[in-house]
Amino acid sequence: MSETDITSKTMDGMGPGGTKIGLARVLGPAHVWGLGVGIVLVGEYMGWNFSVGKGGAYAALLACWFAGILYSCVAMIDSEVTSTVAAAGGQYTQAKHIVGPLMAFNVGLYLVFAYTMLEAANAITFGFLIDTVAGMTGHEGLDERPFIILAIMFLAWLNYRGVLATLTFSLIITAFAFVSIIVLFLSTTVFLGESPLRHTELMTDLPYGWLGVLAAMHFGLWYYLGIEGTCQAAEEVRSPARSLPFGTLAGIMTLLIAASLTWYVCVGLMPWEYLGQAGVPLFDAARMTGSMGLMVLLGIGTMFATLASANGCINDASRAWFAMGRDHYLPDWFGAVHPRFQTPYRAIIFLVPIALIFALGAPLDQVITFSILSGLLEYTFMPLNVILFRRKWPLNTIKRGYEHPFHPIPAIVLLTLCGITFFAVFLGYGSQLVAMLSFYIVVSLWFHFWRYRFVRRAAQFTMPWPRPQGY
Amino acid sequence: MDIWNIIEYAAWGLSAIFGLYIIFDWIKVDSTYSDEELMSSREGELEAMTEDHTL
Repeated sequence: MSETDITSKTMDGMGPGGTKIGLARVLGPAHVWGLGVGIVLVGEYMGWNFSVGKGGAYAALLACWFAGILYSCVAMIDSEVTSTVAAAGGQYTQAKHIVGPLMAFNVGLYLVFAYTMLEAANAITFGFLIDTVAGMTGHEGLDERPFIILAIMFLAWLNYRGVLATLTFSLIITAFAFVSIIVLFLSTTVFLGESPLRHTELMTDLPYGWLGVLAAMHFGLWYYLGIEGTCQAAEEVRSPARSLPFGTLAGIMTLLIAASLTWYVCVGLMPWEYLGQAGVPLFDAARMTGSMGLMVLLGIGTMFATLASANGCINDASRAWFAMGRDHYLPDWFGAVHPRFQTPYRAIIFLVPIALIFALGAPLDQVITFSILSGLLEYTFMPLNVILFRRKWPLNTIKRGYEHPFHPIPAIVLLTLCGITFFAVFLGYGSQLVAMLSFYIVVSLWFHFWRYRFVRRAAQFTMPWPRPQGY
Repeated sequence: MDIWNIIEYAAWGLSAIFGLYIIFDWIKVDSTYSDEELMSSREGELEAMTEDHTL
């Protein structure tokens, strides 16, 4: 039993002496689903197909399965830990409670960079899509910048105004984008009469052998990258123990379906040499069916998926930044909550110019690579995190919303797949990987030798938990 | 000037409106409320009030 006195007027924590203005607890499982799937689904509309370029169609399928296992482990582990550590910051807060401050600081930065870079990449893509539409109507030389800026400013405004409207918006456009994939699949297999799919003619052996399969793992992550973002809603759901596992596990199931259907339809319509370089493969697949209705549907689906992803990224990056500010890992000024909208408004505002700088000034592939690498570092932390969590608070000592099965097998599988993916990334982006690791080492030193002195060590642990075993 | 040029200007204008809204509201909130109040949020409050984390 916790020794925390929640009615204390003097302690730095909960109760009357604590929160006056907090984040709004208004979300349900559907919003959690919309947040997680919304961030990811853009990866089905574009990005995953570069794995086809790396190793052919079958390599992309194997990458889809292996990455699917990796992310299923991520979803199960996250569901258990976050349904217990139900606070903004997600994996950052988990690391703070379970591993330690330096790990927490690093995980917080992984989260903020992964989501802010992904937001910038989505905004760049949104500008490109508008340019494509303008080109199809005969207009050349469109200035993409106002559309990139508009996407970021509109979504920042939406996030600023309140989490319920923000994630309801995400839920609707994500559902539309997912249904569009289902409609494309059903149309090409059932409704169009003679199916346009040509798997027999288009499928080839592995063009680069098994090394190609390994290289494909890098972009195989795109099928699911970001599902772990559901954890950031932990402090804003009405029932964390129910909503977080439900939304996250439903999310990964949705993505496994979407990824399989996307692969099946695209490789049946396009030769791997073309598909491996396509900018918008699902839209291209719709065009190849010759159906105007499908073209419009998948065109809108692409745009919605891009916006949903950027929207979720702003939500998640701001919660991680806010949580770090609240714990004094960063200046506590960022730990403020808007009194009317109940959003972490200063964190949202601070991250807007950073996203704009990357969206307007950095090349898309570098931005995406930085996002993937930060995400991969975060996944590598998770097995360690859950093993420590089970060791410090075994199953019969603390209330969990969800208990993931077969522990520690998911943790070991996740760690192994992360190692393989690191090698795959090193094959293609070795210098970026080394540069980024160097960056995290430098900021870790800064945190250890300078910043940690400002952290209020007792005040950061406010959960009414029993003592961990062995302490 | 075709429709796309007009849409470009509209996008610039809307971006500015969203940005100005955020900035004005930010200034208003920061000048109306004290930092102590705005930064009073603490994690784990729901758990402290409703769940005791014991079995």
